[in-house]
Amino acid sequence: MAIWCADLALDRWRHSENCQRGEGPDSAPLALITETAHGPRIDAVNPAARAAGAAKAMMLADARTLCPSIEVRPSDPAGDLAFLERLALWAMRWGPWSAMDAPDGVLVDVTAVAHLFGGERRLLADVEARCNARGLTIRAAIAPTAGAAWALAHFAASGAILGPEEDLQTRLADLPVAALRLDNDVLLVLKRLGLKRLGDLASIEEGRDGAGSGRDAIQRRFRNRKSPAANPLVRMDQLLGRVPEPLLPVVPVTAPMVQRRLLEPIRHRQLLDTVVSDLAQDMARTLEAKGEGARRLQLGLWRVDGEVLVRELEMAAATRDPDHMVRLFADRLDDIDAGFGIEMLRLRASWSQPLGLDQSDLEAAAEQHGTSLAACMDRLTTRLGTQAVQRPVPRASHIPERAQGWQPPLEPEPAEQHQLAFHTRPLKLLERPERISVLYAAPEGYPRRFSWRGEVCEVARVEGPERIAPEWWRERGTARLRDYYRVEDEAGRRYWIYRNGLPTDGRGGMPDWYLQGLFA
Amino acid sequence: MDTSTLPKAAELATRAARNPRWQPDAALPLHSEIFAPATQGAGAGAALAFAQQALRAGETDSLEERSVLWVQDARAIKLGGRPYRAGLPEALRHRLIHVAAKTPEDALFAMEEGLRCRDLAVVVGEVAGNPRALDFTASRRLTLTAEKHGIPLLLVRLDAEADLSSARMRWRMTSAPSSPPRWNVAAPGRPAWRGELFRARAHPPGEWILRDEPERLAAERVPETTAPDHGDLVRGPGARSLAAL
Repeated sequence: MAIWCADLALDRWRHSENCQRGEGPDSAPLALITETAHGPRIDAVNPAARAAGAAKAMMLADARTLCPSIEVRPSDPAGDLAFLERLALWAMRWGPWSAMDAPDGVLVDVTAVAHLFGGERRLLADVEARCNARGLTIRAAIAPTAGAAWALAHFAASGAILGPEEDLQTRLADLPVAALRLDNDVLLVLKRLGLKRLGDLASIEEGRDGAGSGRDAIQRRFRNRKSPAANPLVRMDQLLGRVPEPLLPVVPVTAPMVQRRLLEPIRHRQLLDTVVSDLAQDMARTLEAKGEGARRLQLGLWRVDGEVLVRELEMAAATRDPDHMVRLFADRLDDIDAGFGIEMLRLRASWSQPLGLDQSDLEAAAEQHGTSLAACMDRLTTRLGTQAVQRPVPRASHIPERAQGWQPPLEPEPAEQHQLAFHTRPLKLLERPERISVLYAAPEGYPRRFSWRGEVCEVARVEGPERIAPEWWRERGTARLRDYYRVEDEAGRRYWIYRNGLPTDGRGGMPDWYLQGLFA
Repeated sequence: MDTSTLPKAAELATRAARNPRWQPDAALPLHSEIFAPATQGAGAGAALAFAQQALRAGETDSLEERSVLWVQDARAIKLGGRPYRAGLPEALRHRLIHVAAKTPEDALFAMEEGLRCRDLAVVVGEVAGNPRALDFTASRRLTLTAEKHGIPLLLVRLDAEADLSSARMRWRMTSAPSSPPRWNVAAPGRPAWRGELFRARAHPPGEWILRDEPERLAAERVPETTAPDHGDLVRGPGARSLAAL
């Protein structure tokens, strides 16, 4: 079943003005506009303005010349979309699942449902009556496929029903090609080709009067159009149910939420801690009932003067331990300014994951056991930030500083190609390579002596070079290759140094030397 | 206090039993400090070698692999860099969790939280210099936490003076020439360090060359210098350089 809200934006405006159709503010000409690069453009007009000559997609300046008294309000596409989402959830009263059909429609699956409402005709009557009661002007239709229902809702008389035994093709042959949900430029192409009705398109596909099928010709014309909205053949097949058309159902998600309204506004930290711990225990019970654990928690504090303070926590693993939550929030509540007092607190788990029930700790020595890894990571990230607690993971690159990435500590490691074992890598890598001054026998060879941070190292043993070419697909063309050497001086200090480029590579002057890593 | 940990009278009778020399397979105390220059990887390398030695001794019976926490403060990162996964010992690569703390206070907090966690095997800390926050009280606090929860802490002090501390073993570690590898004598080999144990609760001080062999930590004693250092006493004229004359 497709429901088309023909006047969604205006119906919402009327609802906000609290007036009936054609009464009060709606009796005067009115247009909803958007600002565009070429000036304000009309999105929707009410019947009075339409009678005066204004139309959708007209520039406001043109409409003013036709109807100088026209009123303007800004349109609200984001609000319309949010309303449509709520409408799709509400429409699940007529079927097991529904999908949004932006910008102004809803699709509901009513397979084997109609008898519950006393037949399809009475189902449509119920839809119409209930939507009209909400102040929505709608047209609904029922058909075996979503595309056919959409076409009937938009281009057939209201309340059209297409039963499964009827022939889709003959019943829909008189509808215009716009019923295929195509883009405007495709519609223009079809108009120029002389294809105005669905029947025209179907007859070309099948071939008329013994002539061969024309499907190949249309196929060739639209061969590069993969998106269904740009290819009339795909849309036609979807309409007739020859290819499946996946729809994305709307699923309501309710985040577990607990709140406390306080008789007396609180201004002291001690009382706040008590209330937060009460909230955490409520939240733990709520989560336990759902068999879930919280990954992200939002604590909202409503102050008497209307200000709302929000503190957010993100956990490394799902948890519903109230003590743990309280402890993590305790660090975040230090900078709260209570003002004249806090009158309401609300705790919401905006991200939760399934978490099974587990055996409670029966032994009294729980403190001796210490904390779990997830709790420890939570405490560290709450105080130090998520960027401070990380795990090194390999990345596919030959450039040493690029070959290591960082990720949150408890995430699973990404799959990696096995590293070759014959490269020895340093234990520690400096944040950025530091330049060293060197003394060498030959510019292509390794240095005899170098100084770094004011210390002179006489190179006693050396291995190299290990040549690492720049990643030409990522770096600029002037990036130079690196020749890495492992060196050890007479005192046993082991370093990883490299020469940035070759003297003869023609990408700058004499190459510089850098020290990048420390070996154990 | 647990009386069973105290030495028996029979053990105290002989000097060697009372005060055994440190051995590389001796049990790792729960709080050790390693002083190392920031321009060498010796401190971190030796700390990881000690940690591995402890893990090999302790994890033979348990199947689970617990993580290793490595805490660095911002100055230590600036001086000595961050750990590099491809250069870590094979057994620790996938188990490392790194904490980059901004201040020494945050680093101390992270180390203490790590010591309280039952799912960590070892905590390695790296703090540069002698920050005000790392005084005797702080180090005593770390020792008590480590001993309460039984997780060893290896604190690497980069470019630091050996000030007051309650660490059970304190080393001064510098790099030493490595043993030549088998196939390329001119190349640097497996790491070696010269470690001076200058304070330990159970062992007399001494100096060792530590070598990171595969599967074990080898140590050989450095013979004590024959000429004792007399401090301020004037040396014989033969020892003076020509420039001083």
